[in-house]
Amino acid sequence: MSDNTRAPSRVTGDDAPQLMSLSRSAFTSIFLPVNGFLEWFGELGIFVGQVIRAAMRRPFEGRELIRQLDDIGSKSLPLVALAGSAVGAVLALESRYSLVRFGARSMLPAAIVFSIVHEMGPVVTGLVVSGRVGAGIGAELGSMKVTEQIDAIEASGVNPYKLLAFTRILACILMLPLLTLAADFCGVCAGWIADTLADPISFHKFLHSGFGGTSFSDFLAPTFRTAVFGLIIGTIACFQGMRSQGGTQGVGRSATSSVVLASLFVILADVILVKLILVFFP
Amino acid sequence: MMHANPDLTMLTTETGDKRAMENPEPDNASAAMVVQGLYKSYGAQRLLNGIDLTVSSGETLVVLGRSGTGKSVLLKLIIGLQKPDSGSIRVHGEEITSANREAVNNIRKTMGFLFQHAALYDSLTVEENVAFPLRRHTTMSAAQRGDRIQELLAGVGMERELKKMPSDISGGMQKRVGLARAMALEPGILLLDEPTAGLDPITSREIDELILKLQEERDVASIVVTHDLHSAKRIADRIVLLHEGNAVMEGTFDELAGSDDKFVAEFFKQDS
Repeated sequence: MSDNTRAPSRVTGDDAPQLMSLSRSAFTSIFLPVNGFLEWFGELGIFVGQVIRAAMRRPFEGRELIRQLDDIGSKSLPLVALAGSAVGAVLALESRYSLVRFGARSMLPAAIVFSIVHEMGPVVTGLVVSGRVGAGIGAELGSMKVTEQIDAIEASGVNPYKLLAFTRILACILMLPLLTLAADFCGVCAGWIADTLADPISFHKFLHSGFGGTSFSDFLAPTFRTAVFGLIIGTIACFQGMRSQGGTQGVGRSATSSVVLASLFVILADVILVKLILVFFP
Repeated sequence: MMHANPDLTMLTTETGDKRAMENPEPDNASAAMVVQGLYKSYGAQRLLNGIDLTVSSGETLVVLGRSGTGKSVLLKLIIGLQKPDSGSIRVHGEEITSANREAVNNIRKTMGFLFQHAALYDSLTVEENVAFPLRRHTTMSAAQRGDRIQELLAGVGMERELKKMPSDISGGMQKRVGLARAMALEPGILLLDEPTAGLDPITSREIDELILKLQEERDVASIVVTHDLHSAKRIADRIVLLHEGNAVMEGTFDELAGSDDKFVAEFFKQDS
């Protein structure tokens, strides 16, 4: 204690400014990122408020919504289907070894179906769409922002929060559950193919065994959880795109940050939603 | 009007008196647009320092000034894309600075804006770009809309490029299409941000002629921001020169070009 109390008196000479500068830089290195993060959240909140306000007013931009449903939904389908298939096949190959070792070979179809429907399908779909759609929206809106196209929309008396942001966010919310179903289906099929190559089993038997212990509610909550992923992906990508600054570099930054932040928040949301689903659908 | 430089203040007053006799300022009551005491700062930098402007129907006001003096910001404030720190902007008698979003959108429909780089929607064709405001704000049938698009694009000499994408046409052509889009709703006020920037002299002249033609045919009030003195000379009824956030001088092109003030003379030197 006494050493501690003496310590400052020893540094009041030449060391004092250095200590001051060190503590200042330590403070700034902590304060600035925290401040930046809070600022980002504040701006995101304002953005969401503007989108909600815009969404309440006519017209409802049905034409643009259909275009976005096609762009976000059907154009993401091949990638989502491929990712789902890969996950199903890998899951079958990896699980087989463990289950056979413990004498639970007959549980393999159920393990594959349960894993895909409950966790792998929704998460893989969320992450794949974060990458494809998040980057796409971030770059498109970022490019529109830096080339003043968003200003031009606003100058012509059209609300860009509705035309550009709301339609994309809604399309993400609507398409994510459908894409998840597609990923689930492809995953289960690929799981059966991988399984049947090692130990032939009919597709009917595989499905019967896999879905035997599941009920409709087992699909409902995990699949509709991806609507929240859609909300996150759409909102973050539109927000990052519409606040883009600084020419082509800014567009690149918007696209990258859209993917990174959307993926990060999808993973965080997954953890929270899994816990909530277990509480409400035990 | 506020003035940063006392010499310019004196000069402006003298020139202003002369101009007031020759070209009386439009009456505020009948003016298409009245800007009063407009202030705008970015951080510590004050960009506009109490700007006053009045534009009447059929008049072309050219805003000149060095880069970074807030000319483009002035246009964005007028159309409500940015909010001023203080001041008033009345468009056809309606205040835009304190209006809600819906009211601002209604006021915007009475104005056409040509952006510096045209800002055409790059996912839409030339035809769809011009159709955009018509589709949004009119109840025209597809056939009527088609005729109107043809008419607008023929007016700027682009009627043969309907199906082209903005990336497939030149900068001058993009400006023409931008002008057609700005005129789509037959606005009473046209805001043009550097309409001839980056264009060759022949294309610049063509754009100027288009602006004059539109002004003559449709009696629109235009505010044109430019660095191009040749263009200013051709199209301006009045010119306002911005310097350090102030409108330091206002008058006809000849009045400003004949000024013996150091800054004004320096600015107009390239044309002499």
